[in-house]
Amino acid sequence: MTPPTLGRLFLMFALISIMAVGGGNAVVPEMQRQVVDLNHWMSSGQFVGLFAIAQASPGPNMLISSLIGWRMAGLPGALVCTLGMCLPSSLLTFSVARLWVRIGGSPWRRAMERGLAPVTLGLVLASGWQLSKAAGSDWRSYTLTAAVALLTLRRGLNPLWLLAGGGLLGLLGWVRS
Amino acid sequence: MEEPFRNPAVSCGELFLGFLLVGVRGFGGVMPWARRMLVDERRWLDDRQFTQILSLAQPLPGPNSLNLAVVVGDRFQGLRGSLSALTGLLLAPICIVLTLATLFDRFGQAGPLHRLLPGLSSAAAGLMVGMGLRLLAGMEREAWVCALALIAFLSVAWLRLSLVLVLLVLAPVGIAFGHGRAREAK
Repeated sequence: MTPPTLGRLFLMFALISIMAVGGGNAVVPEMQRQVVDLNHWMSSGQFVGLFAIAQASPGPNMLISSLIGWRMAGLPGALVCTLGMCLPSSLLTFSVARLWVRIGGSPWRRAMERGLAPVTLGLVLASGWQLSKAAGSDWRSYTLTAAVALLTLRRGLNPLWLLAGGGLLGLLGWVRS
Repeated sequence: MEEPFRNPAVSCGELFLGFLLVGVRGFGGVMPWARRMLVDERRWLDDRQFTQILSLAQPLPGPNSLNLAVVVGDRFQGLRGSLSALTGLLLAPICIVLTLATLFDRFGQAGPLHRLLPGLSSAAAGLMVGMGLRLLAGMEREAWVCALALIAFLSVAWLRLSLVLVLLVLAPVGIAFGHGRAREAK
């Protein structure tokens, strides 16, 4: 494996940034495709491990990009990937939000919202599917994934408890990689 | 028509600190905490303004909470406000996540801790599946919606197509459908 240059990492995440329709969750499969399938920078198990650590920390749900950069190129990598993930979409939002204020509530905004929602749904379901496969080893890990998924449907339950429960089951040796 | 509200009382420093607090507290979703800080605690925005800004930030690409910070910062202090809010929101989480990852690297490979990550990973995957299920439950029951979602899912999860390709086809189709339906509804 040849380590990617910082420029390459930045461009990769810059493109992913403007493709993040409906938020950061929609582009997790694309990150996995680039990092694991195409470039073989890490295994799918390592990828889902980084995703898990990102989930366990507070903040916007794009921290997986910082962790991929960190794994590839240390602190500079983390900063470059974070910047790549934030800059294009933030610039776009900044300009479009100003434009929309000037022209008022355009029907296109509503059309975009309604029209992209199904695409986001499909992509988030694909994220769940890919991550489950990457984390899964036998029926026990899949059972844990399914149980956590069902428990999130209960409102008011802090996801941190679910992560802690999963970690504990791992520590006890019930779920293995 | 929405009026840009410039409130000189909210400085760049306050934006930075306000969003710093949101970042630190934002476990499992930043948006509820952003709302709490902006509307309930600091009263920089009222409910209507928050919803207005959210409806701007949400359909645009990019992490939703970052988009929200960009728009809120801009409304109060222009470009410098956006940068202050963004930096505040990202600073603490990035330090925390890098610390966690370093700790895992150092202590999570050997000993009993190496068993932690597999369990954590399966649970994290479950959180994502749950998010998908919640979106699914809230979706409009219409043929075009189901078809688009299914095509997006299959082309990414099964065919492993490039997302650029998938979006270049599906985004215009979706927006066209959304536009058509919006006109019918009038």
